[in-house]
Amino acid sequence: MEDTTPWLHASLIYLSAAVLAVPLARLLGLGSIIGYLAAGIAIGPWGLQWVTDPKAMLSFAEFGVVLMLFLVGLELEPRRLWALRRPIFGWGSVQLLGSAAVIGGLAVAAGVDWRLALVAGLGLAMSSTAIGLGVLNERNLMATTAGRNVLSVSLLQDVAAIPILALLPLLAVAGAASGGGGWLGAAKALGVVLAIVFGGRLLLRPALRWIARSDTPEIFTAAALLLVVATAALMHGVGLSMALGAFLAGVLLAESEYRRELETDIEPFKGLLLGLFFIAVGMSIDFAVMARNPALVAGVVVGFLVVKAGVVWAMARSMPVPLAERPVFVILLAQGGEFGFVVIQTALGTGVIEPEAASLLLAAVAVSMLLTPLLLVCADRFLTPRLAARAAGPKPDEIHEQQHAPVIICGFGRYGQIVGRLINAAGLSATVLEHDAEQVEAVRRFGWQAFYGDATRLDLLRTAGAAQARVIVVAMDDAEQCLAVVDLARQHFAQAVLVVRARNATDWTTLHLRGVQHIERETLDSALMSGRSVLESMGWQPHAARTQALRFRQHSIEIMKQMAPHLDDEKKLIAVAKQGRAQLEATWARERAERQAQSQRPGWHAAEGGED
Amino acid sequence: MADLLVIAAHPQLEHSRTTRQMMQAAAAGTDPARVAVRDLYALYPDYLIDVEAEQAALASARLVVWLHPVHWYSMPPLMKLWLDEVFAFRWAYGPEGHALRGKDLWLVASTGGPDSSYRPDSYNRYFFDAFLHPYDQTAALTGMRWLPPLLFHGAHRADDATLAAHAELFRQRLQTWPDWPEIDAMQAAPACDVPDDARPLAQG
Repeated sequence: MEDTTPWLHASLIYLSAAVLAVPLARLLGLGSIIGYLAAGIAIGPWGLQWVTDPKAMLSFAEFGVVLMLFLVGLELEPRRLWALRRPIFGWGSVQLLGSAAVIGGLAVAAGVDWRLALVAGLGLAMSSTAIGLGVLNERNLMATTAGRNVLSVSLLQDVAAIPILALLPLLAVAGAASGGGGWLGAAKALGVVLAIVFGGRLLLRPALRWIARSDTPEIFTAAALLLVVATAALMHGVGLSMALGAFLAGVLLAESEYRRELETDIEPFKGLLLGLFFIAVGMSIDFAVMARNPALVAGVVVGFLVVKAGVVWAMARSMPVPLAERPVFVILLAQGGEFGFVVIQTALGTGVIEPEAASLLLAAVAVSMLLTPLLLVCADRFLTPRLAARAAGPKPDEIHEQQHAPVIICGFGRYGQIVGRLINAAGLSATVLEHDAEQVEAVRRFGWQAFYGDATRLDLLRTAGAAQARVIVVAMDDAEQCLAVVDLARQHFAQAVLVVRARNATDWTTLHLRGVQHIERETLDSALMSGRSVLESMGWQPHAARTQALRFRQHSIEIMKQMAPHLDDEKKLIAVAKQGRAQLEATWARERAERQAQSQRPGWHAAEGGED
Repeated sequence: MADLLVIAAHPQLEHSRTTRQMMQAAAAGTDPARVAVRDLYALYPDYLIDVEAEQAALASARLVVWLHPVHWYSMPPLMKLWLDEVFAFRWAYGPEGHALRGKDLWLVASTGGPDSSYRPDSYNRYFFDAFLHPYDQTAALTGMRWLPPLLFHGAHRADDATLAAHAELFRQRLQTWPDWPEIDAMQAAPACDVPDDARPLAQG
């Protein structure tokens, strides 16, 4: 009993701090990371002093970082990484290395030890993926140039964290300048990495298959955790970064059929442990250091923000990111981030930097993350409107006057425009909602009544006249957003007929299961027209090609409807699809044979139809 | 599936007065299990006819009504396509093609020109019956009894009351079929046995 009491006590403190602080932070629009940090500060030695030794908790919570990197590895299918290699490795490296070099260079010039300068440079160059992606999602900017590039750069930072974390212990070694046993250690390390790579390739999947067959979900979760712990322990044993091991294991499993399952199993542990990690970071910020050098902290924060903003702004200019999107792009990448904490904390742990310097850097990163929401608000208020005005004349106002057209088109890109042009030429009027300001400006020049606004917002839909509209066309690029509008409309504007664009078969099925009547797969009809052209080029009569294409269309929609209820059951889906294809092939083969038989019968044509 | 099947075809129903009102009359106040109205231009806007569905509807019907305006002395093109594809060899005619045998076929049509124009001395030059031979013979070849058509001439100039009276007559005739006074006196469809040498040669 004596042993359980402190454990209970600690859990009580950590959990209640997190449960209180995180929702509060989110309510204030600050994000959960800030919430965890604040909770840490509150319960730590500089707050309520409930916990006085954050070190013990930190070493446990570091496992959260290990899990996070395992998940990063899982996300990084080698093929996907290859497809995005240019934005990720090109621009990502420019941001990371550029920022790190300038920050580190300035630090060295200011007379800081080169190892501290390097750690500071790399640590501060990192940006918060969690905050960045959160803000992008919140503002629906994921599909914009700025959004895609923030994602690429964050991805590179995630990847780069691995070699950086692996590098830090070596820095410590370099500092101690002890050459003895270096080669042996390196050989051992290499051996373990190779063992993980090959062992992972050969053994992991069969092992997982065997475990999955036992059909005990909690054992699969345990196996997933064991896998991470075991690789981490192996790596730790030879003096390499635990995170690197977990990352390797993740990449090895990225292409396995268990990827999704592993992800969902580990996700909650990661979230919670990462939360603990941030709490521990918050507790370990030494406010005495800050109190002694408030000017220094402020200087570091302003300094690194300005340097990073400069580097990122230069990137934005040459990418190029549209002027109006640049403030968000720059602010999201200029802030410090969770990987910065990891780098600084690891550097501290391996003795590369002193606790005092670490506290200062941690404080700087935390302050920059606290500043991000404020900076975003300022940019929205003062900077973005002016930039947008400079970029494209007056920025279109968000829709604010009540509209009454019977048709609303949400999303006026390649798809929505064709719908709009057709119904407009037919003499119908439509209200257009588009969330890309430049696009609104462009179509307005062609005389369209287009309004700037995010159709996933209920108030804007109302203003656009959705409550009276007879038809709502949902034609945005982003499938998630389309789904969001569909759900809103179904809930609030049941009188309107929904006409929805689906990106692919999965989208189509999702919408179909929602009960949407008019769904079109965006590529189906154009691909069928191409198919007709092929048949015609192969000597088919144009009319026969047309009829066959139309029949194919009908058949494929029929099959999709049959497949819809089995959306989650891949085997069943494949079975239905195969069966459908076989049916169609059999039917058409039979018809071909009949036609051939007919054409071989002399006099048939004279007697065809009605007879004479 | 309904007993009474109305196959309606109007290529521009939005401009139609007569056919639209007749379609409404057919559906009005009737049991959908007894009367089914199939609006071909609404069902097949892409002219891709679902032959199986059409044949199934025909198979269960006892009375088949063709409801259409007369254009160029004939039926609208989609209805002709329907006829070509649905009245298939070995189904509606030819060997084993007896699916329609014993049913009644009733034409309910309207013309723009007045009754008086369908005369040898007027601009349409023939009595209207002359334009009905293809219909009549289609019924005969498929073994259907050809009922006396219900025609509405001069549809463009007809006043509302006349049209309403005509639609009401249609509704009543539809409702009372097959208890029409003249129907008992009518003969079954004439036999149209196609001699073997008029058929295409057998396969092979």
